[in-house]
Amino acid sequence: MKIGVFICHCGENIGRTVDCARVSKAAGFFPGVVHSVDYKYMCSDPGQNLIKQAIKDFKLDGVVVGSCSPHMHEKTFRKAVADAGVNPFLCEIANLREHVSWVHEDIDVATDKAIDLIRFAVEKVKRNTPLTTIKVPVTKRTLVIGGGISGIQAALDVANAGYEVVLVEKEPSIGGHMSQLSETFPTLDCSQCILTPRMVEVYQHPKIKLLTYSEVEKVEGFIGNFKVTIRKKARYVDDTKCTGCGDCMQKCPIKKKALSEFDEQLTTRSAIYVPFPQAVPNIPVIDTSVCTYFKTGKCSMCKKVCGRDAIFFEQEDQMLTEEIGAIIMATGYKLYTIDKKPEDSEIKGYGEYGYGKYKDVIDGLQFERIASASGPTSGEFMRPSDGKTPKKIVFIQCVGSRDESKGFSYCSKICCMYTAKHAMLYKHKVHDGEAYVFYMDIRSGGKMYEEFVRRAIEEDGVKYIRGRVSRIYEEDGKYIVKGEDTLAGVPITIDADMVVLATAMVAQPDASKLAQTVGIPYDKYGYFVEVHPKLRPVESSSGGIFLAGACHSPRDIPDSVAMASAAAAKAMVLFGSDMLEREPTIALVNENLCAGCFYCKKVCAYNAIEIKQIKDKQGNLIKEVAFVNSGLCQGCGTCNATCPSKSIELIGYTDEQIYAEISALM
Amino acid sequence: MSHHNTTHVRTISDDITDITSQNPELCYQCGKCSAGCPMRNYMDDAPNVIVRYIQLGLFEKAMNSATIWLCAGCLTCSSRCPKNFDLAKFMDAVREVALRNGVKVKEKTILKFHKAFLKQIKNHGRSYEVGLVRDYKMATFDLFSDVENSPKMLLDGKLNIFPHNVKGKDKIKSIFEKTEVKKCK
Repeated sequence: MKIGVFICHCGENIGRTVDCARVSKAAGFFPGVVHSVDYKYMCSDPGQNLIKQAIKDFKLDGVVVGSCSPHMHEKTFRKAVADAGVNPFLCEIANLREHVSWVHEDIDVATDKAIDLIRFAVEKVKRNTPLTTIKVPVTKRTLVIGGGISGIQAALDVANAGYEVVLVEKEPSIGGHMSQLSETFPTLDCSQCILTPRMVEVYQHPKIKLLTYSEVEKVEGFIGNFKVTIRKKARYVDDTKCTGCGDCMQKCPIKKKALSEFDEQLTTRSAIYVPFPQAVPNIPVIDTSVCTYFKTGKCSMCKKVCGRDAIFFEQEDQMLTEEIGAIIMATGYKLYTIDKKPEDSEIKGYGEYGYGKYKDVIDGLQFERIASASGPTSGEFMRPSDGKTPKKIVFIQCVGSRDESKGFSYCSKICCMYTAKHAMLYKHKVHDGEAYVFYMDIRSGGKMYEEFVRRAIEEDGVKYIRGRVSRIYEEDGKYIVKGEDTLAGVPITIDADMVVLATAMVAQPDASKLAQTVGIPYDKYGYFVEVHPKLRPVESSSGGIFLAGACHSPRDIPDSVAMASAAAAKAMVLFGSDMLEREPTIALVNENLCAGCFYCKKVCAYNAIEIKQIKDKQGNLIKEVAFVNSGLCQGCGTCNATCPSKSIELIGYTDEQIYAEISALM
Repeated sequence: MSHHNTTHVRTISDDITDITSQNPELCYQCGKCSAGCPMRNYMDDAPNVIVRYIQLGLFEKAMNSATIWLCAGCLTCSSRCPKNFDLAKFMDAVREVALRNGVKVKEKTILKFHKAFLKQIKNHGRSYEVGLVRDYKMATFDLFSDVENSPKMLLDGKLNIFPHNVKGKDKIKSIFEKTEVKKCK
């Protein structure tokens, strides 16, 4: 084998602490090396040409590049090598930047280590074999999980590009939290007015299959080839017959037992219900936990009044399977529970704010419902306890956010803006009312955001007080809010009629369970994790699964929509070709040696190991062995390390290659 | 890549960190401590301001403040702090470094009360109310305030004439002798 060694200075990044000329000179004497040079920027066009020219001139059939991390430029150099007619997998990278120059200071020591790493890579490349990328077919259908604004946007983008979409929403209607909002910052346009047309568009789109009141049960397969099992929960209403006339809901005798989810527990709803009048689809569901028929079998009022005979008490959950190529996660968020310690939770809750104890201490979404024209008060500001117009409202920011003691250390990002909006909406309707905002910092980064907050203060007269509130208690029908203005250094006491807590955004409580079902990582808060925080922010580390909206981290509507469109674009990139190319460096089983213990199957994080039966010509089972699904295998090597009989190896990183590398260092 | 070597100069902030085992920089100045402090109206500086003084290196301002002496150690601030910062412990530490550094104490009678109280612990291993009253009144020459309460307290058994000593009170005394701050104005 004729090997060429190319040492990159990376400007001064490597050159400052590694004597590159000495490294290339030393490498020239390694057995098998016929050519060795160093160059200022090997990844540049002239640098790559240097490699290509040397391959021609010296008839090289192995290349070692000493440069930055393979994460950065392995692809660049392998492509250059391939352009010169050599199999790209005969090119190895020795990391002289992250592993040497950036972590050492002494030039002599660093240079010696660099020489060792080159020797190491030369020994490996000698044992490399030409490999070809794996090709797998792509199913050009997308599954979007979650029908809030992120899911709606992603579904519409993919569908409008001409690809089929399956949109799964666990609630009876799509729309998510955005459908509950009154007006949106910083433009104050009506949330429902901009959202509901999109919901209808989803419903009517020929490329979108909408599955509401449904949940993803199981995800099998791999990028381009997922098989997804979806549970369509029983609505007890036949959606092919129902016209959404609403007679059943009007006649339902159970009116007070169930609190409205859509109105954030401020009102009640019937046992058979649609969450809100603009729901999509406009088909009711029966809440079996309160319905008299399901409890005693004695009432069937809805069935009697239904002119279409659509009530179907015997309906059962249905299981659907869908062939899917890409998955977009858009499961959104929930609000932090303030009042008491939720079960199995680290959260302690804010007893000192009296949430749950005082009716007029409410959270941000409840305020949205009160402020909304479609809400329980039709947009009139009335406090929940007695319906009186509150003349003094206190808004408290960072409840649960930025609070390691009782909530989460992160900033929920949207509360500064929505609190400013709340105070503004209140001042617009109650002109003689006073609005106070307790804040720690105002975080209003965003187009026209800072201007919006200033408008609340300068034009609408909202009083901002810098300090966290310590306690709220009731006295003579008022809520006494104890704070401190930390700018003036004076204690502040406000006798408020109503208090609004800007509570933290948290991941959906079942987000971690869903992440395990789908097979993507999540952080300690339950938010889904991206592959790279800067350069791959909408991709999960599992191929073909993308992230959109607040299921990734707290974010507002414009950010969620942008992320959803980005995730849709990523799915469409996947659909751009009929076959997917995958790295060939995956595990391979030696079926002769494999004893079928399946330890590999147990440790595989990607479910890539399958059981293969080996049969003789008569069809009798000889033995069972492990089999690697080349679509799923990510080449992590865990099976390789676990296998007791050494019968599973990683192509491109065989034991022989690793041992040769280690011997080169000794 | 070069590394910057800086020599750390010890300050009073380090002494406070040693006593409290918590970094003063944890405090992000939200003011929830001051908002809920029952003694806030009697203080010159808000409690969060004392932490701010230490963060800024304004140790004299912190140690000369009346606030550190007015803090009753009720722990309301510590229990409500969103950063789990134990401010009551921190206040204790500021008082201690103030004494160690010989700072002129702003609230002398409070210090006299503290000393009178600790003297009972030192001598008896537990609180001895009559001794506390005697020593505090001798130290302040404030002989007659609250005297009207004493007959009822005596009748209710709140004041015992004779001290109740703990077992091994000599050991308690030796702890005091080893740890007491000697230098103090």
